[in-house]
Amino acid sequence: MLDLLKSPILTLQEFLILAARAIRNVFRRPHYAGDLWLQMDIIGVGSLPIVLLTGLFTGAVMALQMSRALRQYGAAGEVGQIVSIALVRELGPVLTSLLVAGRNASGMASELGSMKVTEQIDAMRALGTDPVQKLVKPRLMATAITLPILTVVADFIGLIGGYVVACLFLNLTTGSQYWHSAYSWIRYNDMLQGLLKPFVFALVVSLVGCYYGMHTSGGTQGVGRATTQAVVAASVWIFVLNLIITQFFVNL
Amino acid sequence: MRFDETPALENVSFDLRAGETCVLLGAAGSGKTVLLKTALGLIRPDSGSVHLFGEPIGRFREQELFVLRSRLGMLFQEGALFDSLTVEENVAYPLLNQKSLRCPAEDVPGRVREALRFVELEHTLEKLPSELSGGMRRRVGIARAIVTGPALLLYDSPTAGLDPITANKIMALIAKERDVRRTTSVVVTHRYQDGHLLANYRWSPAAGRLEPKADDGGGAGNRTRFLVLEHGRVVFEGSQTELLASTDPYVSKFAKRLKE
Repeated sequence: MLDLLKSPILTLQEFLILAARAIRNVFRRPHYAGDLWLQMDIIGVGSLPIVLLTGLFTGAVMALQMSRALRQYGAAGEVGQIVSIALVRELGPVLTSLLVAGRNASGMASELGSMKVTEQIDAMRALGTDPVQKLVKPRLMATAITLPILTVVADFIGLIGGYVVACLFLNLTTGSQYWHSAYSWIRYNDMLQGLLKPFVFALVVSLVGCYYGMHTSGGTQGVGRATTQAVVAASVWIFVLNLIITQFFVNL
Repeated sequence: MRFDETPALENVSFDLRAGETCVLLGAAGSGKTVLLKTALGLIRPDSGSVHLFGEPIGRFREQELFVLRSRLGMLFQEGALFDSLTVEENVAYPLLNQKSLRCPAEDVPGRVREALRFVELEHTLEKLPSELSGGMRRRVGIARAIVTGPALLLYDSPTAGLDPITANKIMALIAKERDVRRTTSVVVTHRYQDGHLLANYRWSPAAGRLEPKADDGGGAGNRTRFLVLEHGRVVFEGSQTELLASTDPYVSKFAKRLKE
C-alpha cells in the first residue's frame, strides 16, 4: 500500500518544488522578455480562434437549451441572465482553460520533453542558464496573463452567441432586454471568480505542462507519454480546483 | 550514484591534472555519460565528492556552479544544439548567458566566427541545426563548447553514430583544440581508435593536419591516460602501453581491434 502511494507523492513533491522555484523566479532576474512575448503570442494569440469558436457555440447552445424551460415558466426574457451567469462563472473559465490545456500544456510538455531527451536542458544548465528561469517562467507568466484575457473574450463572444440564438432565431426576447438582463445580473462576486479561476487554472496548466516536459525520460516514446500525462493531469486538476473555488465563492 | 535501485557509478575515483588528456572507454550503459554529468554538477552523487578546478562542488548551489561551469566546455552526445536557435545564436549562447565571463556584446560576433572557423563551418551562421548533417551538428557543438576558451573540455561520445571519415574529422578537431590551446580534455568514447589517435598523433599547424608524434618525444603522448569503465566501475586506469598489455578480457576487447 505504501509503495503504491510513493510514486504519486513523489510526483506531487517534485511538482511543488518546481512550482515554488518557478514562482520565486518570477521576481528574479534575468527576465527573458523575448521568450515571454513569444509565449504570449503562442498561447494568447494562437488560442484565440479556437476560443472564439468555442465561446460562440457554448453561448448559443446555452440559450437554445434554456429557451424551452424558460418559455414554460414564462420567463423567456431572462435568457440573457442565465447565459451570462453560466458563462462568466463556469463555462468561460473552465472551457477556455481546458482548451488551453489541450493546446498548450501538451505543447509545453512535448517541447520541453524533446529538449530534455536530446540533452538540451542539460546543455542549458552547462552553458549558464537556469532552465526554470529560461523555459518555465516565460510559459508560466504568459499563461497567467493571457488565460484570464482569453476567458473574458470567450465570455463576451458567448453572450453574442446567446444573443444570436435568443433574439434573432427564436425571438425569445428583444435585444435590449437580453443585454440588460445579461449585464445587470452580474455581481462583483461573479466577476471575481470568473477571473480568479482562469488565473489559477493558468498556473496549473503551465506548471503541469512544464513539469511533465522537464521530467521526461525514455526517448521519443517518453515525450509522447509526457504529453498525454500533461493534458490529462492538467484537465483533471482544472475540474478539481474549479469545484473548490466554486465552493468558496458560493459561501461568500 | 544510483538511479532507482541500480547503481550507475560505484567506487569511481580518479583525478585529472591540467594539460592531461583522459580517454574514457566503456560499453554502452557503463556510466560514461553519467560520470561526465556528475563532474559538471548536472547530477549530484549520492555519496562521495566531486572536485572541479579544485573546488568541492557537492554543496554548491546552481548559481555558484554556473561560475565554475563557465570555465569548461562540454560537447553533449548528438551535440544538444538548441533547435529553435540558428547556428550563430547557438554558438553565441554561452558568451551571452554566462555572466561570469563578462563578454562585451560587441566581441560576440567575432568570437562566434572564430570558433566556427576553427571547426570549418563559418558558412553556416544563419542555418538552423535541423538543416545540418549529424557530423556538422557535432562540429557546431564543439564550436559552442570552445567559444568561451575553456580550460577544460569534456566530450561525450564525439564520434558515436558517425561514419569513419566524419568521425576522424571530429577527432582531428579535438586533437587540434588540445594542441593549439593546450586544454585539458576528457574524451568519452567506445572506440579505441579515438584514444589511439589522441595518444599518438598531434596537430601540426604547419601542415594543417594531424601527424604521428615522434616516439618518446616526452610530449603529450605520456599525458594521455586511459580509463575503462565497466558497469559503473573503473576497471582499468593507465597509459596506452599498459592498456594494450592488459589481460582483463573486458579491457582487452577495447584495445584489440586496432592490432588487426
